[in-house]
Amino acid sequence: MSLRSEKAHVISYAEALNEAVAQEMRIDPNVFVMGLDVDDHLGILGSTVGLVDEFGADRVFSTPLSEDAMTGVSIGSAMAGLRPIHVHIRMDFLMLCMNQLINIASKAHYMYGGAVNVPMVVRSIIGKSWGQGAQHSQALYSMFAHVPGIRIVAPSNAYDAKGCMTTAIRDNNPVLFVEHRLLYYTEADVPQEQFEVPFGVANICAPGSDVTIVAISNMVIESLRARELLDGIGIDAEIIDPISLVPLDIETIVASVEKTGHLLVVDNAWISCGMSAEIVAQVIQKASTPVRVDRLGFAPVPCPTTPTLEDAFYPNPATIASTAFRLLNPEMPDWAPDPERAALAYQQKFRGPF
Amino acid sequence: MNGAETRLYHAVRRIRRVEEVIAEIYPSDKIRSPVHLSIGQEAVAVGVCDVLGRDDVVAMTYRGHAAYLAKGGDLKAMMAELYGKATGSAGGRGGSMHLISMDHYVLGGSAVVATSIPVAVGYAFALKKEKKNRVVACYFGDGATEEGAFYESINFSSLHALPILFVCENNGFAIHQPLEDRWATPDVCKRVEAFGIPAEQIVSGDIFDIRNAAQSAVAQMKSKSDGPHFLECHTYRWREHVGPNEDYQSGYRDRADASAWFDNDPVEQLGKTLAADVRVKIDYEIESEIKEALQFAEQSPFPDESELEANVFAV
Repeated sequence: MSLRSEKAHVISYAEALNEAVAQEMRIDPNVFVMGLDVDDHLGILGSTVGLVDEFGADRVFSTPLSEDAMTGVSIGSAMAGLRPIHVHIRMDFLMLCMNQLINIASKAHYMYGGAVNVPMVVRSIIGKSWGQGAQHSQALYSMFAHVPGIRIVAPSNAYDAKGCMTTAIRDNNPVLFVEHRLLYYTEADVPQEQFEVPFGVANICAPGSDVTIVAISNMVIESLRARELLDGIGIDAEIIDPISLVPLDIETIVASVEKTGHLLVVDNAWISCGMSAEIVAQVIQKASTPVRVDRLGFAPVPCPTTPTLEDAFYPNPATIASTAFRLLNPEMPDWAPDPERAALAYQQKFRGPF
Repeated sequence: MNGAETRLYHAVRRIRRVEEVIAEIYPSDKIRSPVHLSIGQEAVAVGVCDVLGRDDVVAMTYRGHAAYLAKGGDLKAMMAELYGKATGSAGGRGGSMHLISMDHYVLGGSAVVATSIPVAVGYAFALKKEKKNRVVACYFGDGATEEGAFYESINFSSLHALPILFVCENNGFAIHQPLEDRWATPDVCKRVEAFGIPAEQIVSGDIFDIRNAAQSAVAQMKSKSDGPHFLECHTYRWREHVGPNEDYQSGYRDRADASAWFDNDPVEQLGKTLAADVRVKIDYEIESEIKEALQFAEQSPFPDESELEANVFAV
């Protein structure tokens, strides 16, 4: 926290990513950025804007639409000592990279007896709202979390975005960097100088004593709003952002759950076989006290585009609050907060066209 | 007179004998790793590696013993790896399909067809940035040219004029499936040329033809930085796809198909050019080296169980 010095400035999530990459590129000539449209006028929602002007086309360049091979190119260049940052504007496109990420990147260090390292960052953005639809909204990190050898981080604010990016670039392993479209417009106090957010250290965003809510990616924002709603009826929720999913700081979560006795995991993804299952399982294995648990996540359907169904597809502050209430008070009738109080300002900022 | 013949004979004979010995040992179950033998294909490995510099790079497939050895990979480390020993090239974590020798710039083999191609292109990308005039030679089979990653890779390498020599070892079969059942058009060189890459087909299997073509391609890449080159080398796998045996009785091919390749065996062809004493001396050296490597593999310890979870992540 000492890093939040007078040298901090208020910047957006996108600006934080941009700043972290630019600062590391200035001190490490091995870092380069590639991916479709990283060098165009939009610059991946602003997160790569200006990089090509400062560092040139040798270090910041667009790629052919060849995600499979370009992932291999990242891996090969990383084995040769470079530090690629491979950018995908949609997480859905990672399915085209699966072969290289799972069959090579995740296991090269182990499979080759430590003879090579693969220090690469794979950036990808989860989409949401404005009818992103079934193939522009997926949050697929648990697929990667299943496989040993890939670090996964999902920062939920500009401060963590900058610090995690610096850590990710310097890490000697493949790092899947999970971003969220709606978080791009959020702002925070961020140190101007470089700093690292360590992987495997969860952040207790807000303390509480009645229920532990572990939230991932932009569900942190939604859960903080839910906490305010719960506070209105006298329930004190502790909100934990794991920040990094692999490695996972389960100790901080277990300690919280041992205090509250109640765990609600709010994932920014589907529930089945996902991070929420992993977190709940580990807590139940490790907690020394009785625990009651529940989970929230995407509805078990492809994401629909029409607003009524799209809204129902996602957890939101109201459903998070009412689920926490039910977890704490299974004998009482269900409670739902006033929908108007549950609305989130950051969700209103985003308009199309894409 | 002929330093090249001596050197090339040593290289192909060594690979042949190493693999014949592996095949002999295999039924003992001391090698508990699937082996894809290169017997019959040695000329492609040796012909290309012979023109590479020490710090040039080789990328290979799961049928990689030949390329690993041709590029200078350590035989003891290879045998120990096949035996699953701690002293193996990957500490026993990789086996035959994942040989590696970064000291000799041999990138690790991969068991998923074509996956090593874009990785090799990425390495070539780093070499271009490095500006030390090094090149990558990337081996793959005819089957790999059917994968999307192959076309994506050659496109990117041509677009960025990367120093990489693509070497297609066309042995006519993907496991048991012949080319005719897989290729809509028979000429892979034409497909590659469409990406602006000079491509040459060598059907003879002759080690000097392969070597000359590789030499010319590597020289151009080093002197002109003219981007990737492609060689399609026809060759023939004498043994089964995976395992130590022949499989001419299994129906998908006939021993008669192989006879021209047997007659054209580079080990015998090169051997004939040498004086008898020279040949015997080389053969003796090779047998001694193999014996020593086997002894090393036999005597090396297995990794300790406690090491199972070490090295998943790099420090």
